[in-house]
Amino acid sequence: MSEVAIVGVGCVGFRPITPELSYKELMFEAAVKAYEDAGGINPREDVDVFVTCAEDYLEGFSIFDEFVPDQLGAALRHLLTVSGDGMLGLATAYMLIKTGYFDTVVVEAHSKASDILTYMDIVQFGLDPIFNRPLGGHPYYIAGLEMNRYLHETGTTEEQCAEVVVKNKKNAVLNPHAAYGANITLNQVMCSERLFHPLKKLEISTPADGCIVLVLASEKVAEKLTDKPVWVKGVGWCTETPSLETRDWTRAVYTRLAAEMAYKEAKISNPWRDIDFAEIHDVFAYKELQHMEALKLCDYGTAGKLTEDGLTALDGELPVNPSGGLLGMGYGLEASGLQKVLEVVLQLRGEAGARQVEDAQVGLAHTWRGIPTATGAVAVLSNVK
Amino acid sequence: MSVKIKHYPGEEVETKDFREGKVLFESFRPKAKYAWSAGIAISRFLEELKNGRIIATTCSKCGRIMVPPRIYCEKCFKPTDGWTYVKDTGVINTFSVSFIAADASRLKEPIVVAIINLDGASEGMGIVHRIEEYGDWREIKIGMRVKAVWKPPEERTGAITDIKYFKLVKE
Repeated sequence: MSEVAIVGVGCVGFRPITPELSYKELMFEAAVKAYEDAGGINPREDVDVFVTCAEDYLEGFSIFDEFVPDQLGAALRHLLTVSGDGMLGLATAYMLIKTGYFDTVVVEAHSKASDILTYMDIVQFGLDPIFNRPLGGHPYYIAGLEMNRYLHETGTTEEQCAEVVVKNKKNAVLNPHAAYGANITLNQVMCSERLFHPLKKLEISTPADGCIVLVLASEKVAEKLTDKPVWVKGVGWCTETPSLETRDWTRAVYTRLAAEMAYKEAKISNPWRDIDFAEIHDVFAYKELQHMEALKLCDYGTAGKLTEDGLTALDGELPVNPSGGLLGMGYGLEASGLQKVLEVVLQLRGEAGARQVEDAQVGLAHTWRGIPTATGAVAVLSNVK
Repeated sequence: MSVKIKHYPGEEVETKDFREGKVLFESFRPKAKYAWSAGIAISRFLEELKNGRIIATTCSKCGRIMVPPRIYCEKCFKPTDGWTYVKDTGVINTFSVSFIAADASRLKEPIVVAIINLDGASEGMGIVHRIEEYGDWREIKIGMRVKAVWKPPEERTGAITDIKYFKLVKE
């Protein structure tokens, strides 16, 4: 089977609002950049399949799939939509190329979060209608529930969670794609409003608008299009039970199983040693720590200490979220996974500018579909075939 | 009921049983509100509707005059090159006559929706709108010429409904 590489990336945003562009225009701009980056391919002829990722309720359309081809150059071409995070689209593209039937596949995901006037009501609508919705409240209490149990079980401190915010927002200052970079102190995070005990306001990512388009290619095509291919070494994904009543509230099991699937394929036996940096879903600060453990980057309950000791800082032993994460870039909803992939690609090509991780060869991208889901996905990427 | 089954097993339930609370149920009304950004192309299109004009964008590669306008040519995958007005007259490409509403209730007056190829736009491009002032719907034919009937300027809001409808025009 052919190896699969990412040969082009295009990104617009991320910004708090984008009232000047429609979602179609946002997608067009990102697509133009990605095709140019992939050696100037013509999507009308050179792309075999287009995979877009979107959730109808976040778009405000029924059957949103139908609204995407024109702006990607995919009209009257072969297109399919994955109703989920962009990384599931990457996994789909990867498999399509692995079949041997397709050589070039485009993946797209975007966020027009600023167009959703009742975002929290949409999230609320994702809760079970019989058991959970009637209880009311802001659906982010689910993050508070999980954080509380996680701290209780692991002994991780609130300060250690707050350190994640300080680190990620600081990294984001160096990232032109980040909407919310800032130099803030631990005290500022700790003193920010306690919204869903023990979760505080500054520990919650703010949504942002943006679009990311990737071009993936088989080995034979990749080497013609670019001299900086980023190889997909393994992908994995997994979904836990949706039931709040019975799911695991301490460990992100969906992430552990997704990681095991990806690591097996990528032949990663010791993640901390084999991976040079990681982009981890951090829509809430504690999630970065919980996910680090589920990704087996460290022992259960030790991620907080490692973070506090600076081992995951930009100049640390294993930088986590050099992009600034979702806390710094802004929460791109279903584009979150591709925000992670984008940063890993830029780092592995040595194009991450002031936030470049030195000698990076293997990077990990991880995503989660956010509240109220328990779905995660993982991709291991490398600049070495 | 079929020939073989005269009576389905189970309890029969009527609307009043729900109203009277004899049937347990949960109801939830989603609050889903959006503000779709119109963007560069559609914002201009809507503004021009307010002025009583229909605007298109052009592609210098395939030469098409595209309406509704967009900032990219989906055929050539390149940015469009300019703006041009098209006429508010055209030809019925196809039409259908609806006798019932979305909730399946019977309409007093049928609604006629047509795909209209506008004069000045490229082949097969134009607008979707309602046809009124047609007399008997059986008189409407594919290929007939139509013209926009606009709201008075002070009533226009920059919406597709700034055109009230299209009416048939004699050749």
